[in-house]
This record gives sequence, structure tokens and C-alpha cells, in this order.
Amino acid sequence: MAGKVKWVTDIEKSVLINNFEKRGWVQVTENEDWNFYWMSVQTIRNVFSVEAGYRLSDDQIVNHFPNHYELTRKDLMVKNIKRYRKELEKEGSPLAEKDENGKYLYLFVSQSNKEAYVISLYINNPLLIGGRKFDLRLYVLVSTYRPLRCYMYKLGFCRFCTVKYTPSTSELDNMFVHLTNVAIQKHGEDYNHIHGGKWTVSNLRLYLESTRGKEVTSKLFDEIHWIIVQSLKAVAPVMNNDKHCFECYGYDIIIDDKLKPWLIEVNASPSLTSSTANDRILKYNLINDTLNIAVPNGEIPDCKWNKSPPKEVLGNYEILYDEELAQGDGADRELRSRQGQSLGPRAGRSRDSGRAILTTWK
Amino acid sequence: MLQEESDLSLIIAQIVQKLKGSNLYSQLERQAWGSWEKRILKSLNSMCTELSIPLARKRPVGEQKELLNKWNEMGTDEPDLSLFRPVYAPKDFLEVLINLRNPNYENGDSLSFRTHLGLIQVPLKVKDIPELKECFVELGLNIGQLGIDDSTQVPPELFENEHVRIGQKVLSEQDSAAAQQYIRQGSPTALRAELWALILNISSQPEDVLYYEQLKTNVIQHDLLVDSLIYKDVKLTASNDDYYFVFEDYLYQVLLCFSRDTSVLSHFAFNSASPPKSYIRGKLGLEEYAVFYPPNVAPLCFLYHEPSKLYQIFREMYVRFFFRLHSISSHPSGIVSLCLLFETLLQTYLPQLFYHLREIGAQPLRISFKWMVRAFSGYLATDQLLLLWDRILGYNSLEILAVLAAAVFAFRAVNLMEVTSLAAAEAVLADLSTLKVMPLLQIFLFATVT
Repeated sequence: MAGKVKWVTDIEKSVLINNFEKRGWVQVTENEDWNFYWMSVQTIRNVFSVEAGYRLSDDQIVNHFPNHYELTRKDLMVKNIKRYRKELEKEGSPLAEKDENGKYLYLFVSQSNKEAYVISLYINNPLLIGGRKFDLRLYVLVSTYRPLRCYMYKLGFCRFCTVKYTPSTSELDNMFVHLTNVAIQKHGEDYNHIHGGKWTVSNLRLYLESTRGKEVTSKLFDEIHWIIVQSLKAVAPVMNNDKHCFECYGYDIIIDDKLKPWLIEVNASPSLTSSTANDRILKYNLINDTLNIAVPNGEIPDCKWNKSPPKEVLGNYEILYDEELAQGDGADRELRSRQGQSLGPRAGRSRDSGRAILTTWK
Repeated sequence: MLQEESDLSLIIAQIVQKLKGSNLYSQLERQAWGSWEKRILKSLNSMCTELSIPLARKRPVGEQKELLNKWNEMGTDEPDLSLFRPVYAPKDFLEVLINLRNPNYENGDSLSFRTHLGLIQVPLKVKDIPELKECFVELGLNIGQLGIDDSTQVPPELFENEHVRIGQKVLSEQDSAAAQQYIRQGSPTALRAELWALILNISSQPEDVLYYEQLKTNVIQHDLLVDSLIYKDVKLTASNDDYYFVFEDYLYQVLLCFSRDTSVLSHFAFNSASPPKSYIRGKLGLEEYAVFYPPNVAPLCFLYHEPSKLYQIFREMYVRFFFRLHSISSHPSGIVSLCLLFETLLQTYLPQLFYHLREIGAQPLRISFKWMVRAFSGYLATDQLLLLWDRILGYNSLEILAVLAAAVFAFRAVNLMEVTSLAAAEAVLADLSTLKVMPLLQIFLFATVT
């Protein structure tokens, strides 16, 4: 069995296990020599805690960064964003000057009353389709924070509410009532609402282009990409960029009726449960493509590798932001939608063109 | 005198004979449709008797208020519809079509028809591939198409950008004929809603909104038995659809109004398909008609989200095209002709496949009928469906549905040759959601050896 990747997991999900088995990997226990550990967020805490004194060797890879909570805990996220903005201001970056920055409040949904750190901006004009409210779930893979290299999964989806959206002032207090008009049920790592069906992101794009036009739709998607990259850049300095780590996040985003996107939260452990056959296929492929990038060729990893996979293995992922490439030759390498943007360097574009200017992301 | 009389009677007899001949098809149609209609009515009436509800009734005021309040969320209702049986399924309709015969058919007429081994037994004239190529010349290999030449590998400068620019020009000049010609190469997503409205000559005048409101009022005021059938139909189909479930509520609104729309029915006065009727009891004494339709509204919800506009577009599309899919006629875009066109194309250009499927008891039409009768809605991905419907508008014909059906069989021919049962054949053709429509059509028409 020499040369076969040895895997461990504490998440018993078929979409994971099937992917390991199809690569001919060998299952072992935590106490044995393992190469790949797909762990829950609780376990990563233990692995990297000071007491545990865990030392990962070069041929071991895990699916979380030790302090991912800098991104996924809303209070820390706010702190990081604030710090990031201050830095941009100090640098005199044009981004910080835009008063739209003030609008980059992150909407946090919270049941607690810790006013000190929670910025709650209430979206009372969500974009409705068929009279229904929905949110977007996008998957983002980060292979390294410094330099930042992240990928966006092309097959994200919209989750619709089962009931029609009817704003009413008495219900304004409770954000969730606007998500559903029935009692809230907690669903594990998903945030609280009852899903009434899904659309693919490409379907959403088709609908928006057909009903709102191409430019505003492209701008929306550019802004979504921008938000995601900004959130990652904000936490990059404080993230423990352990080379044994990669992470696949679930980004939850809501769009308002002016086609402006808002970040709701980031999930370090997006649900791998499937409610339908299509769901299962999607998540299976997600894990498959993730593993292809994180564990090249399905062979025993060497965490010292440059984390730069060839284009062919990306599958349904596409490069969202590659800091090395972006700084390399001045041309933008970040994600661009074919429809919205022309190719080529963008030095010298005015700020007013909006966040389609990817070079200002540096 | 006697000679003149007998001459005259001979002439009269000949004239009568000629008249009979020319009315043949409309007779045929009326007979066939008449018996189909009787069957539907019978089913409806027995349902009414069983359930003790009238075919139509006026709603009491309280109920009207309630319906008005929940007009926008009819999808959330969960009334007990278990007792309502569907009045007919596409399969039933296909059986009727299969059993159509032309009693005056002379065997000497069409040699090729005698060797026709498909299910349709009415010798209507259909096009062959050379004729189709002439007809659909803009789909040719050396002409740019949306659905092919806008894929990510093709630089937009080659075709797409210029095509979009032309589209914008056509719209700004509000040239309906030019739009129809233009859309044969496909419509850019952002321009489609306006282009379709232009081609269908729909403008948003205040009186159109009023018209829709009037229909809505009719729905509020009167309850028809068919409403429950509409409700059940939408619940069963759209709410389970991956893409269209979102628009469930729109579908109720549009279809309920549609069932009250008498202007649609005046259209049918010129067509042999006279829809079944129901009457409002009580003081009105008017005839109100109920019409049967397929759920072809849903894809339109991707383009129009304003109810009265959505309604107008749907109605116009139905009256121009889609009604031909559910009525019996000899029109080249009628469902009978489409079925025959499909079968002929398959038998002529894919004879091995056709014979094989026939041998194993899987007559191809039994599989493709449901696609054509719904104009492929619910089977193709939405963007592909819209590209297909672009061409329906552009060519003012539904023949492309039959061509696409044949192209799908051609595309999956290798797998189909290996199946040994109807169920297996159905399985091979169960999922069309990944198909790219335009390449399939192009290859079938222009790149297959004929």
C-alpha cells in the first residue's frame, strides 16, 4: 500500500467518502499515520491547540486553517474589516476614499444582543423573484492566504423561501420573520431559514440579464466577487497561513432590489448533506474538484508544494484571485466574467468605473 | 331538355363532389375534434356529478374578497384536489391522433406514404431535409448563431458583439419585420423580452393593463370547475420543476385569467378547434368558455415579471403558435403535421434506428410526442429553450420542434441502437437538460449526409 494516501474523517458523509474511495485512498484512524484529514471545525481546534502540541508533518494536509474563525465569526470579521479599511485609508488607497465603503457594512444575523460588536444592517428591500426572497450560496476554496490564492466554484445556487415575502412593520424586529413567515428552525451550520427550492447561479444570471439587462447583472456579479475577495484580504494578515491547510468556505450572500449584494456570513464547514439527487451530485463534484486542487494528482501530498495547480484540474472552479499573478505583471488575473468585461490591462481606469476594476484590488 | 337536365345534374354532382373534396380536411378535423371534445366534456361532466359541484358558479362576496387578498400567493394554498382527476394526458391525445384516418384517402396518392411505418396515418404534406434547409437557411453552418457562436471559447468580436449591436438597432427602430428576421440567429438575453414583444406586436398600453385587470376581476367573481384543474395541473408540473417552481403563483394568475379570455376564443371561431364550453349559472345568461392549454407560461416568467405584460405575451404566443399543439388540424405547424414530420425525418434519414426502435416496441413518436406537445418546455434548460423559441418566432412555425426531436434521436442514436425495450429507450432520452439545441439542429440539418 506504499504510496496510497491515507485518509481520516470525522464527518460521515457519503459525498466525502465516495470521493476518497474512488481515488483508491486508504482509510485509517486518527491515531495512525494519516496524510489527509477532513475534519470538523471542533476537531481542528483540538489539532492546533497549544495543549495538544500537534505537529503536522510535510505529508499531512487538513481541510481547515487553524484560526478560520477570523473569517467565520462575525464579531472577528467586523474587527478585521475595520482594521483593513483603516490600513487602506492610511495607504491612501482609492478604495478607502469611496464613501461607498461606508456601505460595506456586513449584514450579520445574530440571535444575541452583543451590540458592541455586531453591526446589523437590515435589508428591507431584498430582491424578490416570483415574489420570493432568496439568498445565494457560493463555494470558495482558499489554498493559501499569503499569497492569497482563492477559487470560486461556478455551480453556486440560490435558495428560495417557501413563502411569499410580505414586509410588515411589526415584524421588522425579527429579521428571520422576513425570511420565512413561520417559526424559525435552526439547521445546524446553515443559517436559519426554511428553504423552498433552489436555482443554479447561471439560472439566476439568465433571469437577471433577461429582466434587468446585461450591464447591471455583470456589475452585480463583479461586486459579489469583490466582496468575497475583500473579506479574504481583510483576514489574510491575521490568518495562520499554515501550509498544511486549505479550506472550502460557504459564502451566504443576499441581493437587494437595486442589485447590490450583501454578505451575510461565511461558513467554514458548509453542509455536505444532500436533500435531493441533484444536490448530492453537486456536492460530490464540489468535493471532487476541491480534492483535485488541494491534493494534486491524488498522491501523497507534500505541503511544501507551490499550491499552483494546472488549469486542467480546476474542474468547476475558476480562479477568483491570485495575488502572485496579480502583482506579477500588472495585468488583471482575477475572475472576470466573459460577458461583462473586456480582456487586457486596466491601468489608469478612473474610479468611477466601479469595482469592475480589478487592478485596484491589489 | 332532358339532356340539359342530366348535364346540369352531372355538373352539380361534380361540383358537389369537388366541394366535398375541398372540405375534406375540415370535415375530418371537425369530426375528430368533435369527438375529442365530447370526450373531454364527458369526463368533466362526470366529475361534476361525482363531486356535486357545478361546472361554473358565481362566487359569494366573502369568497371574492378572500381570493383578491391572496391573488399573489395562490401557490401556498393547499386545497384538497385529490378528487380531481386530470381530464386528459398527452398520451390520450396521442392515441386520438394515431387513430385519425382519412376516409377518402386514395391509395394511389402517395407511394412513399404507403411505406410509412410510423404511428400517424394521415397523409399530410411535410418537408424533407432539402426543403427544411431552404426554409431554415439562417441556421446554416457558415452563419453566426447565438447558442453556438457565443460560447466562451469564441471571441465576442467574431460575431456576438456585432449581433448585439444589430439587435439594439432593430429595437430602437421598432421594426417588427426586421426583428423577426434578426431573431432567426437567436436573441441576446438582455434584448429578448423586448424583441419578442416587438415581433408579437405587443406594446404596453394602459388599456392592455386594464384588460388584464378585467380578466382578473372575472376570475375573482366567478369560479369555474376548470380552475381546480388548472390549479392541480400547475401544482403537479411547475411546482416540481427545478426552474419554474419559483413562478408558481404567476402561473395561476395568468392561466386563470386566460381561461376567462373571450378574445382568445373568438380566435377559435376561425379555427376548427372549438374548445369545450362551460356556462355561468344564474343571471348572466352569457356563455363563458373554458379552454385547455399546456403550462407553457413558465419559461415566459423568465422574461416578463409584470403580470399584464406576461399575460399578453403568453396569450399572443398561445394564439399564434401553441394552440396548434393541442388541436387537430392539417396546418403545417399543427401537432399532426409535426408528428408526421418527425416520423418521416427519422424513417428517411435514420432508417436503421427507426426500424430498430419499432422492432423493440418503442415507436419513436411515443417518446418524442410529449416534448413536442409542450414545445420542449420542462425538458430543456431554460436558456436553451429560449433560444429554441427565438426560432419559433423568427420562422413563424413550429416545425423546428419536430426537427429538434429528430435531431435529439440522431444525437443519441448510438445508445438507442443498443436498447431492447421501450423503457430503456425512454431512459436514454429521459434527460435533455444538458443538450445544446443549436448545434444539434445545425448538425442534423446541414452536416448530416442525406
